[in-house]
Amino acid sequence: MQVTSTVREALVTGNKTVHDVTEDICRQVEGKPTKSWMLGMAVSLAALGIGAYAVLTLLWQGIGVWGLNKTVGWAWDITNFVWWVGIGHAGTLISAILLLFRQKWRMSINRAAEAMTIFAVICAAMFPALHMGRLWLGFYWALPLPNTFGSLWVNFNSPLLWDVFAISTYFTVSLVFWYIGLIPDFASIRDRAKNKISKAVYGALSFGWDGAAKTWSRYESVALILAGLATPLVLSVHTIVSMDFATSVIPGWHTTIFPPYFVAGAIFSGFAMVLTLMLVTRKVFKLEDYITINHIELMNIVIIITGSIVGIAYITEFFIAWYSGVEAEQYAFINRAFGPYWWAYATMMTCNVISPQLFWVKSIRTNIAATFILSIVVNIGMWFERFVIIVTSLHRDFLPSSWAMFYPTFYDVGVYLFTFGLFFTAFLLFAKFFPVINMAEVKSIIKSSSLKEKK
Amino acid sequence: MESNKHFVLGVYEDEDVLLDAVGKVRESGVKIHEVYSPFPVHGLDGALGYKMTRLPKAAFMFGLLGTTLALTMQIGMLGFDWPMIIGGKDFFSIPPFIPVTFELTVLLSALGMVGTFMIVSDLKPYKKPRIYDIRITDDKHVMAIDLAKNKMSKDEIKKIIQGSGASEVNDKDFEE
Repeated sequence: MQVTSTVREALVTGNKTVHDVTEDICRQVEGKPTKSWMLGMAVSLAALGIGAYAVLTLLWQGIGVWGLNKTVGWAWDITNFVWWVGIGHAGTLISAILLLFRQKWRMSINRAAEAMTIFAVICAAMFPALHMGRLWLGFYWALPLPNTFGSLWVNFNSPLLWDVFAISTYFTVSLVFWYIGLIPDFASIRDRAKNKISKAVYGALSFGWDGAAKTWSRYESVALILAGLATPLVLSVHTIVSMDFATSVIPGWHTTIFPPYFVAGAIFSGFAMVLTLMLVTRKVFKLEDYITINHIELMNIVIIITGSIVGIAYITEFFIAWYSGVEAEQYAFINRAFGPYWWAYATMMTCNVISPQLFWVKSIRTNIAATFILSIVVNIGMWFERFVIIVTSLHRDFLPSSWAMFYPTFYDVGVYLFTFGLFFTAFLLFAKFFPVINMAEVKSIIKSSSLKEKK
Repeated sequence: MESNKHFVLGVYEDEDVLLDAVGKVRESGVKIHEVYSPFPVHGLDGALGYKMTRLPKAAFMFGLLGTTLALTMQIGMLGFDWPMIIGGKDFFSIPPFIPVTFELTVLLSALGMVGTFMIVSDLKPYKKPRIYDIRITDDKHVMAIDLAKNKMSKDEIKKIIQGSGASEVNDKDFEE
């Protein structure tokens, strides 16, 4: 029998039996799509459609349709890239790091969080790919493939290339981790399926899973090792993303604290996005007994911690700029806070450092409406953080005659909208056709949870 | 080739009862074919006498392969095949090669281990599993006993299973 401390609250409420778990989660997959789902899908597809126009125009005309100029060569594209990759950090963090720490509350949220990770990484990868302009050549040149130039190989000294490897490895390993977890649950759906099509589809998806003790024993060992591999991996991804900036010579970018600061920021924004999505999913799919206030509170605590780390990083950067005595560095930071982009800096500070501190109040961090609003505020703040880092460091070039501002065009906004459409379309399809909660894992904690509730 | 397989199934409601039952049934000399569960039951592999899986070793070996391949590729390409002058730096030095080496180590280790797991557990999209009881993937634990592998009579086995706390004892035949 599994024993958990008496001070911990029951993870699943409502006196659920193991059979109830199957019923509650499979109902969603087996039933007809609800009206709210259809509405959500319509909005997502509309965003995808408008965005697709922007993407196609971009590919046809070239990246000149973006608002970039010769001074600000990276703006919305790379901001969005870093933002989406950051969001993509929570899923693997929840399923891998919390698994290693034996945090059982991860079980109700890991499935959806991992799905979110995978979709967010796809959205992120689009931006550097599109930024290459000629997408088809970009794929070819980014990989160490033999070519007719000699072969002229890729430059393994470049952090941009490390990024290619980091993001694709992260995507692949997250996908595998997610899918391994899905197999037993697909088997549950397969065994309940009434019509031929779903029997065949879920039968194939479940890979002939039969629940044998030997397979479960191997499965658990695989999950543990994947978690062990994914933990350093998730930390490496944003570290390498931060090196795109940190290894450069641009004042405001070449900062040694970037790796830990970016990782904390990624976890911060990732948890915020998980909260945004889970609060809606929980409500629409009536999963209040599985994703309890306790889960929400724990996630909010992670947000306070990572938000505070990010806050300390902002202040440290400022202090070090002054303490280093490097005039260019000092100017970059003063310009960031008081220059023409002061409003972006102020938004970032308010959303990321000040507003999450509200979660110190228990009644706020256990309030669903407040959590929902703050989770969106955090993601707005994190978008501005990347915008501030990228644009304010670039727009004051080394030559004052090159100083410029950045103004986004319709195509900057449109490509961003496209990724939103893609993300939500994928997430809605996932929520409808895949089990949103890891049934097998939740079933393993039902006994200890219901014993606690009876006390 | 057609062969019929006859099984006796003990259905259990609770994982702790199941764990006790596995011990009892094995003590009374009955060979258990396999136990099927809707979720992982801790200690079940030990109770059934299964050895620790060697998948961690496979993962390590695949990881080592990834490290070797990554270093060979980078040193070979930039060190020997086309040395590039980048700011007068060494043609190859280990530190800038660490990120890609790390990523490929993780990638090969994960894919290799999961691939091995799929193969040894015979998981594949077109496989039709033997379904002993449709409720295994819902909420029941099922202990399957292959009659051909046991010398005891069917009734004796059924009695032992009944006595071990099973909520149902069923017959199941497969024609394969």
